[in-house]
Amino acid sequence: MAMADATAQTGSATDSRGRLLTSDGTPLRRALERANRRRKLTAFALVSPLLAFILIFFAFPILQMMWRSVDNPQIVNALPRTLDELRDWDGRAVPPERVFVALHADIMDDLERPRREQRIGPLGVRLNYELSAARSAISRTARDVPNFEAPFREAFTDAHRLWGQPELWRVIQREGRPLTLSYYIAALDREYDEFGNIVKRDENRRIYVSLFGRTLALRLVITGMTFLLGFPIAYYLSSLPMRYANLLMIAVLLPFWTSLLVRTSAWIVLLQQQGVINNTLVGLGVIDDAGRFSLIYNQTGTIIAMTHILLPFMVLPLYSVMRTIPPSYVRAAKSLGATPWTAFRRVYFPQTLPGIGAGGVLVFIISIGYYITPALVGGQSGRMISNEIARHIQQSLNWGLAAALGSMLLVGVLVLYWLYNRLVGADSLKLG
Amino acid sequence: MSTKLKLIGLSSVASVLALSAAAQNPVSLTIVSWGGAYTASQQRAYHAPFMELNPHVTIANDDGSANALAGLRAQAQAGNVTWDLVDMLPSDAQLACDEGIILQIDHDAMLAPAPDGTPASEDFLPGSLGECFIPQIVYSTVLTFRPGAFPADAQPASIADLFDVENFPGRRALQDRPGTNLEWALYADGVDPDDIYEVLATPEGVDRAFAKLDTIKDHIIFWTEGAQAPQLLADGEVAFATGYNGRMFDAIEVEGMDAEIIWDGQVVEWDGWVVPADGPNVDLVMEYLYWATDTQRLADQAKFISFGPARASSAGVVGQHADLGIDMAPHMPTNPDNYFAPIVLDNDFWADYGDELRERFANWMLQ
Repeated sequence: MAMADATAQTGSATDSRGRLLTSDGTPLRRALERANRRRKLTAFALVSPLLAFILIFFAFPILQMMWRSVDNPQIVNALPRTLDELRDWDGRAVPPERVFVALHADIMDDLERPRREQRIGPLGVRLNYELSAARSAISRTARDVPNFEAPFREAFTDAHRLWGQPELWRVIQREGRPLTLSYYIAALDREYDEFGNIVKRDENRRIYVSLFGRTLALRLVITGMTFLLGFPIAYYLSSLPMRYANLLMIAVLLPFWTSLLVRTSAWIVLLQQQGVINNTLVGLGVIDDAGRFSLIYNQTGTIIAMTHILLPFMVLPLYSVMRTIPPSYVRAAKSLGATPWTAFRRVYFPQTLPGIGAGGVLVFIISIGYYITPALVGGQSGRMISNEIARHIQQSLNWGLAAALGSMLLVGVLVLYWLYNRLVGADSLKLG
Repeated sequence: MSTKLKLIGLSSVASVLALSAAAQNPVSLTIVSWGGAYTASQQRAYHAPFMELNPHVTIANDDGSANALAGLRAQAQAGNVTWDLVDMLPSDAQLACDEGIILQIDHDAMLAPAPDGTPASEDFLPGSLGECFIPQIVYSTVLTFRPGAFPADAQPASIADLFDVENFPGRRALQDRPGTNLEWALYADGVDPDDIYEVLATPEGVDRAFAKLDTIKDHIIFWTEGAQAPQLLADGEVAFATGYNGRMFDAIEVEGMDAEIIWDGQVVEWDGWVVPADGPNVDLVMEYLYWATDTQRLADQAKFISFGPARASSAGVVGQHADLGIDMAPHMPTNPDNYFAPIVLDNDFWADYGDELRERFANWMLQ
């Protein structure tokens, strides 16, 4: 009793279960939790615009892209009855008349829809990805369908030869479901054979796997080149007094502020066979007129131009890490008897590793997205997978395949990043 | 006194504004085209005179035609159509038409007849009008060479010479797509221009075309953007380059580049207008189209660029280049002197076999 009085006098109290209370009588713990929650909410409210921005403009489009790579509504929507009738077709001979009756009914239904909602157009485009000339089989037949008379099987096969070939029907049967893996199968240079097995494509139609390999190799070379060129620059910059370092830093950053197209065009002027470098070498008599170097429109061109463009991404993290390394460490090593090379190798270099890791990851990942530069200076051998993705988005308009290639690229990068994290540790990344 | 004056002034300004607003609200049309010299020719032949006739209209150019189909699809899917009129190729127009994202055209009702009364459907060149497509011009992809690259008595003159690296050495700049290249390979291999697509639809024909391309593979530089081809020629990087005849005309006649066009085997195609469905100003666009695709207007465009007008009745009205003062007729792809061995691009063929051949071509480039 006396103790309760004493605590009441000092402004705090305990309740019947002995918990500390605040002056207004709520348990202290709950009051603290409430205050904490409020603080968390405020913090969340502050980051929520950024979070919403990332969700809407980053996460959502990526998910949508991945969805598009398996989304396959065209055939299901356009030919529901036909697919019903095809369910127990064995895939060998041309389907029986009842399938053609259903096909006729499906197309007649579709022709009655308002034009914007007609499903025949997208159907033809979709089927043509799997089988050449399927588009014209659909579009030419659809125009004549209202005049068709039974037996429909003859009418259809007369209108277009593909209706008389089991191949087209196998595609309709196989792809007649709302989700498909066919874009991924195509992106791996594979296709279905007539028994429904996944086999490699004809040798002369394989592109993507070797292109993925080449993209990886080119990117590693470019990352390596930026390291070889960037390390000495960053080292030199970090050893200079601040005001000179800042001045030289502008020289490093200058390409950063120049338009990508201008830089690429400048490389064309320098590197082409009648360009500045070759003309100078011929003028000096180093090479003769017939022996001009091919420095552009091949892999060399892509490597040179992209190394130049990506160099700042390597120099900046390296520089910021090197600035923090006290020069006294190397002096100490030397005073203990190390040769300059040993001091560099065993004392200085290990401390720059976080910067090398950050620069390497940055350059490697950023280089994935470049497609304009390789398209302009890469010729035939300097192209990368990003050029094929751009082509499918802009020209062939096969967005499903573009999405599949893009998703594979994304997964590949995430795997590499995971590996990097396992081997080096992402927490050792230092960007500045 | 001064207040009264001000009031009178204000009210008269207001009434003038109200009157003009009642007459015609200002409208802005967004017209999508290919940019560069081509858009400039449309600006001078169509847009500027139309804006003069209709002072309340302003026309904004958008250089988006290279990705027109992708843009039309994206706008239709988003339900937010901002383009009023789009200049595109007939193959893409047919796809967009099948998808219902552009308007169908009733040719004789929506297009002006020829001056002699011939209805539009008969005046436009045969096969050029589409369900949703109104052609403006005939353009062609031609082979061009640098005369300085060869001795004066042994200048190339045919597509076969492009494939003859022994007699005509030097690098060749070709477009990085199968179209035109495969047609020319077969043509140079002796296939008649009229049979090319029939042969190319067979696996043997495709093999034959690629085998012919193999013979010059080590001498090819591929270009992607239309402006690269004349640039490569002008820099002396290549001896031959393929390119659009309009751009080549510009480079040779306007910029003074030393090059010559070989009209043999020119690959001929149309280019023209489509109207996006659900566009913001469809009625005004239709008014514009009726006027801008009549006989005189189509002939006017040829004053600024060397593309042939798509109407038969325009051919006689084609005059001289507006700035250079040279006769434009000899530079038209459709001029009889140039039109002796044309290959008419078959859009149906490319719609059917394009996907497959593009893969094969990409594979061939990688090897």
